[in-house]
Amino acid sequence: MAFASILDAVGNTPLVHLTRFSPKPGVEIYAKLEGQNPTGSVKDRIALYMLRAAEESGELTPDKTILEPTSGNTGISLAMVARAKGYRLLCVLPDIVTPEREQLLRAFGAEVMYATGARSTNDAIFKAQKMAEAEPDRYFMPYQYGNENNPRAHYETTGPEILGDLAQVDVFVAGLGTGGTLTGVGRYLKENSAETKVVAAVPHPGDLVQGLRDLGEGFIPPVLDESVLDGRVVVDSLSSFAMVKELMEKEAIFAGISSGAVLKVAVRAAQRLESGNVVALLADGGWKYLSTGLWSKDYGAMKEEEVQGTVWW
Amino acid sequence: MAIEVKVTANFAKLIGGDRSTRAEGSTIGEVLDDLDERHPGFKRNVVAEGRIHRFVNVYLNDEDVRFLQQLDTPISEGDVVSVLPALAGGA
Repeated sequence: MAFASILDAVGNTPLVHLTRFSPKPGVEIYAKLEGQNPTGSVKDRIALYMLRAAEESGELTPDKTILEPTSGNTGISLAMVARAKGYRLLCVLPDIVTPEREQLLRAFGAEVMYATGARSTNDAIFKAQKMAEAEPDRYFMPYQYGNENNPRAHYETTGPEILGDLAQVDVFVAGLGTGGTLTGVGRYLKENSAETKVVAAVPHPGDLVQGLRDLGEGFIPPVLDESVLDGRVVVDSLSSFAMVKELMEKEAIFAGISSGAVLKVAVRAAQRLESGNVVALLADGGWKYLSTGLWSKDYGAMKEEEVQGTVWW
Repeated sequence: MAIEVKVTANFAKLIGGDRSTRAEGSTIGEVLDDLDERHPGFKRNVVAEGRIHRFVNVYLNDEDVRFLQQLDTPISEGDVVSVLPALAGGA
């Protein structure tokens, strides 16, 4: 495979059969390894789509700085695309990100700013929105939560790649962050087979909600089309860890924490099938979570409150 | 039948300060009604116009009841109901 630029190397990730997770003959689980993208996460797809569309529409011009609230992966992907295309990027982070993420952002040349007191992605979003509104000529904000090019990237690339590799998908499971993956892939799969079920894995909000004063501050990403969902399952951090380790032990796949939650939900869906295929989209690899010590500590001895407050998604 | 109801910090103040309590009922709706009797005002934070509030997710064990039978979702002995706010995730 030869590519003209790193941007052309985004997507076309492997779909790997998880033979040791099959609950019974005739029910199979496959993992879409999005950690194989250039910066190591699924977000490369949407970063490329959002910036390319903004250039074409004229919203993004060389004099503008790209501004985005992010806890990591999207920022790193935007930083890669911005670097390749020659734009400046400023990321607004909640103060709960792992150190690897900030280092990666800076390595790619992005500027980093912490939203003071931002204990959740919610707060970083509000902060970045205020900045972009105050100086619209200075900033272009892709805003992954509300940008239609986010689900479109998945509708046009991830979905077709999955069906290109596997003729029949009975259940598709992905993490619910912005909702872009579930909406884009889900729509594509359902248009091809109305029988396909789409299930979201969501992180337990735990103590991150302490900063939430009232329900008016709740948040549903505009790009999430809840009508494509057939189920939503909440997974706590410790269960996600357990599954990430099991994935390593059984299949030698090194995945990020949210992948554990997704796989847990995929295994449950598979157990309920008589026959068929379950596809689990694993959003990133484990690299950016090494500082948590997950792979070297006995996670069974870790307490829920010790692991809350770190962004896994 | 009494089952366990878990809430996050922002809902705890609505049920007397604890993050876990017990409530009676054979459906999700009955459990919420029972909590509202003992903690008036609880239900209007969770249910609006007969449906679960947009910004709240109610889980039976770990599954969102919106995709089960909503407020009519039946409950069995040993089940745990969680009331959690909808929040931005994503990276």
